[in-house]
Amino acid sequence: MSVDTATVKRIASLARIAITDEDAARMAPELGNILGWIEMLGEVDTTGVEPMTAVIPNTLRLRDDVVNADPLTGGNIREQVLANAPVAEHGFFAVPKVIE
Amino acid sequence: MSDYRIQGETGEWEVVVGLEVHAQVTSNAKLFSGAATAFGAEPNTQVSLVDAAMPGMLPVPNRECIRQAVRTGMAIEAQINKWSRFDRKNYFYADLPQGYQISQLYHPIVGEGAIDISLDEKNPDATGKRIGVERIHVEQDAGKLMHDQHPTQSYVDLNRSGVALMEIVSKPDLASPAETGAYLRKLRSILRYVGSCDGNMEEGSMRADVNVSVRKPGDELGTRTETKNVNSVRFVMAVVEQEAKRQVEVLEAGGKIVQETRLYDPDRNETRSMRSKEDAHDYRYFPDPDLLPLVLDDAFLAECRASLPELPDAKRARYEALGIAPYQATVLTAEVEAARWFDALLDAGVKPAAAANWTTSELFGALNRTGRDIGNSPVSPAQAAELLGLIADGTLSGSLAKQVFEVMLETGDGAAKVVEDRGLKQTSDTGAIEAVIAEVMAANADKVADYRGGKDKLFGFFVGQTMKAMGGKANPAVVNELLKTALGESVAS
Amino acid sequence: MTELTDLGVAGIRDGVRDGSFTAREVADAFIVKVSQAKALNAFLVETPEHAIAAATAADTAREAGETLKPLAGVPIGMKDLFCTKGVATTAASHILEGFTPTYESTVSQNLWDAGAGMLGKLNMDQFAMGSSNETSAFGNVISPWKRNDGGNASLAPGGSSGGSSSAVAARLCPGATGTDTGGSIRQPAAFTGISGIKPTYGRCSRWGTIAFASSLDQAGPMARDVKDCAILLEAMAGFDAKDGTSLQLDVPKWEAGLSANLNGLRVGIPKEYRVDGMPEEIEALWQQGIDWLKDAGATIVEVSLPHTKYALPAYYIIAPAEASSNLARYDGVRYGIRDLPTGAGLQDMYAATRADGFGPEVKRRIMIGTYVLSAGFYDAYYTQAQKVRTLIARDFEKAWETCDVLLTPTAPSAAFALGEKSADPIAMYLNDVFTVPSSLAGLPAMSVPGGLDKQGLPLGLQIIGKPLDEQGVLNAGLAIEQRAGFTARPEAWW
Repeated sequence: MSVDTATVKRIASLARIAITDEDAARMAPELGNILGWIEMLGEVDTTGVEPMTAVIPNTLRLRDDVVNADPLTGGNIREQVLANAPVAEHGFFAVPKVIE
Repeated sequence: MSDYRIQGETGEWEVVVGLEVHAQVTSNAKLFSGAATAFGAEPNTQVSLVDAAMPGMLPVPNRECIRQAVRTGMAIEAQINKWSRFDRKNYFYADLPQGYQISQLYHPIVGEGAIDISLDEKNPDATGKRIGVERIHVEQDAGKLMHDQHPTQSYVDLNRSGVALMEIVSKPDLASPAETGAYLRKLRSILRYVGSCDGNMEEGSMRADVNVSVRKPGDELGTRTETKNVNSVRFVMAVVEQEAKRQVEVLEAGGKIVQETRLYDPDRNETRSMRSKEDAHDYRYFPDPDLLPLVLDDAFLAECRASLPELPDAKRARYEALGIAPYQATVLTAEVEAARWFDALLDAGVKPAAAANWTTSELFGALNRTGRDIGNSPVSPAQAAELLGLIADGTLSGSLAKQVFEVMLETGDGAAKVVEDRGLKQTSDTGAIEAVIAEVMAANADKVADYRGGKDKLFGFFVGQTMKAMGGKANPAVVNELLKTALGESVAS
Repeated sequence: MTELTDLGVAGIRDGVRDGSFTAREVADAFIVKVSQAKALNAFLVETPEHAIAAATAADTAREAGETLKPLAGVPIGMKDLFCTKGVATTAASHILEGFTPTYESTVSQNLWDAGAGMLGKLNMDQFAMGSSNETSAFGNVISPWKRNDGGNASLAPGGSSGGSSSAVAARLCPGATGTDTGGSIRQPAAFTGISGIKPTYGRCSRWGTIAFASSLDQAGPMARDVKDCAILLEAMAGFDAKDGTSLQLDVPKWEAGLSANLNGLRVGIPKEYRVDGMPEEIEALWQQGIDWLKDAGATIVEVSLPHTKYALPAYYIIAPAEASSNLARYDGVRYGIRDLPTGAGLQDMYAATRADGFGPEVKRRIMIGTYVLSAGFYDAYYTQAQKVRTLIARDFEKAWETCDVLLTPTAPSAAFALGEKSADPIAMYLNDVFTVPSSLAGLPAMSVPGGLDKQGLPLGLQIIGKPLDEQGVLNAGLAIEQRAGFTARPEAWW
């Protein structure tokens, strides 16, 4: 499996990780090796096999429609929500201006 | 089929429309957290650690949101999938704290269904059309960005982040702005009946992505554009019209339609291309590993079905069977609030046809005049039933009833009380009426002569004069009868 | 008298209960040890005040004649993947520098509710991605063990729970929490001569634990013996409504259920685990383990897990795919660092922040995960991997028809030197060859020390059990532990 520098840059862009040309060039063969290795899975016949959905047989539990039933998953905690923000102003998170 | 065509220079074009409607699910708490969903709260106050995607947070779904999606599916006779899954749609944006939206791509909770629309809602005999619904899935809403609060920064409010949405995806079965509008109104009506969405487009509870393409009749489907987040029925219809026109112009000028996302600018009534977001089309969907498959059991489904109300089409048919005129039945069932009000009126034992006449003309007229909607009607079904009862038993004439109703609207008093207080009771006292008739005839001897000479049309004049002289309170039937006798007697004598 | 810091979890708990010493004495003794062991770099944050507060509470309760909580007086180390209220939590990544959770993870809260105290936050591989603890943004953790060759090579404590393994082996704490995604409890336990168990997926809540790969991550204890693991796991496990994958089951009394009598137990030996190039000493230890279990009354059966060799590649699709999405939230908006180059827009800020904040291994895995999920590759990689995962789980189900637990080596080698494998990612990934299959199947599995190799380094044996059968795993581990008589400990050089 060969991965070219352009592919590395495209993936890095999708993953929002800034990457220099040198790093992309260095990473290309490395990713190629890893992807080449995992491609061994292609040799397994999985005809009629369902993809794994739950490792231990279990289905989704639903919760009741109650506001702030558990303070750990409820609202009204703006101070906590903003406590770690690099920039927070007037009760909002702030980010560089987005032009839509 | 729709005969909507765009007349281009090279001939006629058809328009093909599909709608993806995002409807906010009516629930107290968010889809995956216990934060509240109420509209208009202070920024970031209705945000849990889960909604802010703090490290280590996990989603647990709200049963009510699932239930409402299932009930909505049942209301459009759609296939309900007892096994469904949530998937992650991955992209980076400041209103999306997790870096992915939890949605359902591969296994939606609701499969194919349909919605019947009328191509002219005002005309009960108009052709109907069945619009296919591809699927309904449940997903998270995003937060909100504010761009005008600071010169160099955008502010992020996550109050909406994680609110449950249903995405209702139609098939490309819509062929005109009118059909599109009718579909959207009908869908909104159904959602309100079911109670799964308040349908309030101003508050953003319902928004539509409008997929439009054009083609020459008989041709393959053309390339479509998607105009995002259109927030009123009128705007959606305008998007179909403007976008179809634009596409025809582009194609006829030898251009190509680019599959792209567009925005509608209501001020200029035009759509325009959104600067295409980088990588926007590689969302890397995969099943959310924090959420196991959603399996619905029969008891859950039975409860969903049992709790469905009578829906607009069924209700309209029932009203028609009660002898209510088809147009009135349509008007009465279009909005759930009106239908509920009218059902309460029927429950009070009034005659259906008369009640429908009165409601659609008198009540709706009064609400229109006063700019109110049925939800805050000053007259309750019980009060209306009382008024209709007084008409039915002859206590009130039509015109007296109008006067009584006006007073009821102003004061909120019951009909009987108004009649009593204002002395507006209709009289059938033949002696009193005969006396007035005699006065009227005496004062208009010339007209009496004319009538007797063959001018039959003057009868109405005498009725009017008599009624007027009696302050509108005379029973018109009695007046008619006595007038005929009085005018006729003189001929005989 | 033995030093208090030589005691394990049970010894401390019982001693505090019967008044042999106070909880405060225990806490103080460990706090000193921690403060003197900087050379191991096992702790990212020391929290003596937390340990002392818990100790004081235990002593006060005892003085008042109250029934002591299950872990009263026991100070432990907390892997830095668990969010701890008011205590910096970084997952050993620069991107979370400055982050102080306002909430407590369910697992750590359960431990505090049981009376345990926290000595500090333990170093680890960044976001739990690594097998040697060399991916931490805050420096390598050093194993307390040295080879007996007279050299002074710094050895890997294993990973990703390398701070936990190093600290427990060096007697800086009697027990610690770990997390295991593909072997991150068991491999470091094996490398450092301690015990560690990964319970059935869903036993321990993942709420408040920083996610690596959601469908694989499980918390578990690391301690010096099987009984201590049972005690700690009992406190950590339990249903949590905040985690949709949490199992709604009562926590068994694992400590009370411990028994080294394996009469009637069928132990499966998977033939596919005899990999090429496995050191002879590991082969020999494996055989020794078989003999020990026979001695404890078990019968041995050979079983086949035919898809074993596909487990690692499947894992290296599924785990990075999940991670690429789980780590999207580290974007410089709500917590952690923000790198905003002059004039940068929002998307540039994301890219700069993430480039600056994530270490090379984390980036590598995000890249792999992004690649395998990207348009056109999803089915070939991700869907195929999940199908292979189904086949791997079926292999185990088939094995359970003829056996009750499986015995395998924990890792294909003893601890290697730091730097020895860090240049070759695949060589590093191969370390998890024996631990990954049971992770993919969500099964309970533990490592117990079996002996030392010729270099004087510990080797571990792994027991894998049926879903929910932690008891069977612990009991087989106990039988080995009693027969192995593993008492070796590293000389204190730090």
